[in-house]
Amino acid sequence: MTSPVELERSEVDEIGADDTPWQTIVWNDPVNLMSYVTYVLQKLFGYPKDKATKLMLDVHYKGKAIVSAGSKDKVEVDVAKLHAAGLWATMERP
Amino acid sequence: MKQWRRGADDHVVATLERQEAQLLRALVGQIREILAARSAQAPADELAAITGIRTGPSTAPDDRVLARLLPDFTREDPSLAGGLRSLHEPELIDVKDGVAALVLNTCPPDGGRVRLSIEEGHAWLSALNDVRLALGTVLEVTEDMPDELPFDDPMAPHLGVYHWLTYVQETLVHAMSGQR
Repeated sequence: MTSPVELERSEVDEIGADDTPWQTIVWNDPVNLMSYVTYVLQKLFGYPKDKATKLMLDVHYKGKAIVSAGSKDKVEVDVAKLHAAGLWATMERP
Repeated sequence: MKQWRRGADDHVVATLERQEAQLLRALVGQIREILAARSAQAPADELAAITGIRTGPSTAPDDRVLARLLPDFTREDPSLAGGLRSLHEPELIDVKDGVAALVLNTCPPDGGRVRLSIEEGHAWLSALNDVRLALGTVLEVTEDMPDELPFDDPMAPHLGVYHWLTYVQETLVHAMSGQR
């Protein structure tokens, strides 16, 4: 039978450090259609069309866009979903 | 085929010619084959049999097409990229195989009417995108691809197929977005 573990203060600080923000980046590639990228950003993130379009245009003209940010776990899930949709995406620290 | 259009009950519909259906079915079949070959290369994992958690390779594929279909998770940290690839690649392959299989199940082998729910439409978009990524990688497409290549260029017929797939995917996105 186990007993509840009380977190030491140092452990709590480490958990905080691991949650420093990560970014999900979508990179431009010559195959993906602008209409499809916009559609994917709307569907996966629930972004309104204007926001999805702006992000897509950033990808297209600037080469990349930050489409989401958060904990490492969150952006990892986002990157996996973007890969499933065929977008070229990576997770990076700012 | 004419453009996809929105039909009744939020379905999208189109009619494919026989050759179009055969071509599309062959293409998604090829995607399934290359993904299956990659799966077969995954290291055998005794723990997976016990835990049910499959792991895949940690190194990116050498093949350009597979590398584009199964991209790295991060650019900065190779060991993180390797770990995440190993963790996520089996499921990514499953998803891509699944949408290809759905196309095969919903595309009549001799052509004809195709009627898709929104969920099925999303799967078709994914599968079409994978085929275009594969072809586009082989053709080394750029932002300004010509409409045609010179007649004697061996890539000429493949470029035609690529442009046709672009048309199919583009009109399907528009129909799904409620723009038709």
